[in-house]
Amino acid sequence: MTKPPLTDHAERLALFQEWFSDIIPHNKALGLKVLDARRGFASMRLDWREELVGNPETQVLAGGPLTAMLDACCGMAVATMLKNPEPFAALDLRIDYVKPATPGQAVIAEAECYRVTHSVAFTRAFAHHGDARDPIAAAAGTFMLGTKGQAVRPRTIDPVPGEP
Amino acid sequence: MSPLLERLAEVRKSGDVARLAEAIPYARWMRIAPENGTGELLTRMRYHGDLIGNTFLPAIHGGTLGAMLEMAAIFHLLWETETETVPKIVNITVDYLRSARPVDVIASAKVTKQGRRMVNVFAEAWQDDRSKPVATANAHFLVKSSDEAPPSL
Repeated sequence: MTKPPLTDHAERLALFQEWFSDIIPHNKALGLKVLDARRGFASMRLDWREELVGNPETQVLAGGPLTAMLDACCGMAVATMLKNPEPFAALDLRIDYVKPATPGQAVIAEAECYRVTHSVAFTRAFAHHGDARDPIAAAAGTFMLGTKGQAVRPRTIDPVPGEP
Repeated sequence: MSPLLERLAEVRKSGDVARLAEAIPYARWMRIAPENGTGELLTRMRYHGDLIGNTFLPAIHGGTLGAMLEMAAIFHLLWETETETVPKIVNITVDYLRSARPVDVIASAKVTKQGRRMVNVFAEAWQDDRSKPVATANAHFLVKSSDEAPPSL
């Protein structure tokens, strides 16, 4: 039986949390929490942990956890744009590290998928501590659509009426 | 002097490059460490289940490939250049070429251009066959200390 499109916001968030964090081992290991998912937009949170530190002297997060989080968040933004679930894969990802993350503070990533063509989806993202105008990192990623494998998202998602 | 540069001085005497990674919590957690058994400095990310990004294929998470290419570039700069500070990454562009299978990933790095303050590094990651890279990256690092911001690695 085909399930109806997901129009309930809370239910969608719970399902994106499951698809993009709980069942993806690395995202789960990082402890990524899905904050928002709507058409063309995805947001996640990464809590500071000692294990993710790159420089023990300053206790600043390594670049790696931010790279993995921005990769995941851009991928989730692509998934929100696909009417019919299909597998896709990252082609490239550029990250500008504009400011060190503050030790002890959670990092929030916000990604936008601003264009989808037949074969390629284009995304951009920022990571920050709560103020998007004061970013820690900026990212741009492109994704190839219709690659082999199985879609992580088994159901279609329609925008909630009245939601931006 | 930073703990990492102190460790570098020790490692230069002992030759045991793998110990460089012990000073970096994230490298330990990811099981990323440099090795120079062949005379060439390489960086290895040991496979473990937490690296998986796609359980269906299965394949290693692209973000972890970017992370290990960045670490490979840092280890290369620490070991092969006369850096007086911990290199501070400015940006990185990762190209994903093939899906990475659930086995170890190895990376090499080389300096494309060494400037006074800025270095451009190319890094390449592969699994069993070096002629079939799974991902490549170009990155810029600030290598001269500045008082603007602490080195973030």
